[in-house]
Amino acid sequence: MNIDIVNENISFDVYKLRKEFPLLDQQINGCPLVYFDNAATNQKPLSVINSIREYYETINSNVHRGIHTLSERATEAYENSREKVREFISASGSNEIIFVRGTTEAVNLAASTYGMQFINEGDEIIVSAMEHHSNLVPWQNLTSRKKALLKFIPITDNGELVMDEFKSMLNEKVKFISVVYVSNTLGTINPVKEIISAAHSYNIPVFIDAAQASPHIKIDVKELDCDFLAFSGHKTYGPTGIGILYAKEKYLDLMPPYQFGGEMIKNVSYEHTEYNNLPFKFEAGTPNISGAVSLASAIDFINEKGLLNIARHESDLLKYAENRMNEIEGMNIIGNAKNKTGVISFIINGIHPYDTGSILDNLGIAVRTGFHCTQPLIEQRYNLPGTVRISFAVYNTVEEIDRFIDGLHKVKKMLS
Amino acid sequence: MSESNIKNTEKEIIDEFELFNDWIGKYEYIIELGKKLPLIDENLKNENYEVKGCQSKVWINADYKDGYLFFKADSDALITKGIISLLIRVLSGNKPDEILNADMNFINEIGLKEHLSPNRANGLNAMISKMKNFAMVYSNQNVN
Repeated sequence: MNIDIVNENISFDVYKLRKEFPLLDQQINGCPLVYFDNAATNQKPLSVINSIREYYETINSNVHRGIHTLSERATEAYENSREKVREFISASGSNEIIFVRGTTEAVNLAASTYGMQFINEGDEIIVSAMEHHSNLVPWQNLTSRKKALLKFIPITDNGELVMDEFKSMLNEKVKFISVVYVSNTLGTINPVKEIISAAHSYNIPVFIDAAQASPHIKIDVKELDCDFLAFSGHKTYGPTGIGILYAKEKYLDLMPPYQFGGEMIKNVSYEHTEYNNLPFKFEAGTPNISGAVSLASAIDFINEKGLLNIARHESDLLKYAENRMNEIEGMNIIGNAKNKTGVISFIINGIHPYDTGSILDNLGIAVRTGFHCTQPLIEQRYNLPGTVRISFAVYNTVEEIDRFIDGLHKVKKMLS
Repeated sequence: MSESNIKNTEKEIIDEFELFNDWIGKYEYIIELGKKLPLIDENLKNENYEVKGCQSKVWINADYKDGYLFFKADSDALITKGIISLLIRVLSGNKPDEILNADMNFINEIGLKEHLSPNRANGLNAMISKMKNFAMVYSNQNVN
């Protein structure tokens, strides 16, 4: 019955699109793979895989230093990628785009530079109760070293931020706010624009962890007016080991370098170093050039399919999956925000998530189980031993959801 | 003699698992075995008895009687309980030194490991280490 709703909205051919993803076409434990762990990392289209190969086959050399042609080509490709990323998130200038390893490194960079420089004893930093460890532990570490205070925006049982509570937490002691755009565990899309605007009325800079947003939502840093934002290549149909830190130029100028050496220098004597301009000041050592270049291919892939089409397809899958899951007795979906991406965390009454995950794996269905790097959220806020999480990407289908539902029935039969 | 006890039990389990030709049967059997696990006292379900490295919670304790070790355990996940019950069936009721020397090769033989995620395989190793640690404690006591 729900298939009709799904089909009428698909504006591209998902079955044709799947052919662009070689990994999907394989058997796991004797069954065709169903890959539902996209929030951990999604699969790569051939265009991205080929771009890595092509980079090494044709232009590999070090950037920003060679006089020779190949080095110039590599530098051009690397800087073109930076420009592509700038455009992807609508930043003002490409000097505000820093290549890092991933979102985790971006948060660490901000905490270790801006944080170490500008957070003092007695200051407050606000994060939310649904942060990934990567946007929690660096701030925990910073506030503990600086004798500052880390505060948490509470969330409702449905998994939405309590915005009134957040606004009442704002005062002149708050010096930084870092919030997740889309929860990796609950799928909640947070009202980050409202957060940023409220924070700015107290002149508080805001960092947005967009790791789970970049493959699903159009990010516009100018419209959001966020001060910092980070996302990861590998969750955006790109390779692992490359990610982006965006920050407004005024903050990047104020921040000391994160790491030292390589291309982050302008002049070095035995006694003293003058640091390079933005963005190179934050890119010490030989960067992940092939990663950056193939991230540009991943952005091309997304642009070609259209983020809106992708989001609509995933939203249809979400509705279909939630409806079918709710047919199962004892099903508890954790995270029922009004505004969600294609992430469903759940637990079936009386069945440990680990057992559910093991049986599904044996049926060729890849899901994530456990805390999803949000242990305080699962253990302290929801008081659960973990959840099972499924998460969708552009290539997932209704038929895969049907197989997953059949899998859940098998889980129940075997474990109840 | 008991060393062959361990080997005999391993052989028994391998024979039992040969009856199943697919993983579903094996898993269902493991889940059944989990229900018969000799359970650890509720008040011992604390950090001292917890096995670190498992995604599910696992607690193991050993009682030492007349030179032999007897294990009890529990877990909040059913498949994990079944796996521990296999380990206990092989190791419980043997002398500490024999437990220390057990190679636990039956796990490979019954094809269990290929159906365990790396995470779970780590957990399995952690459980075996915990049991062998008990054996080491009592083995040293014997020397003294």
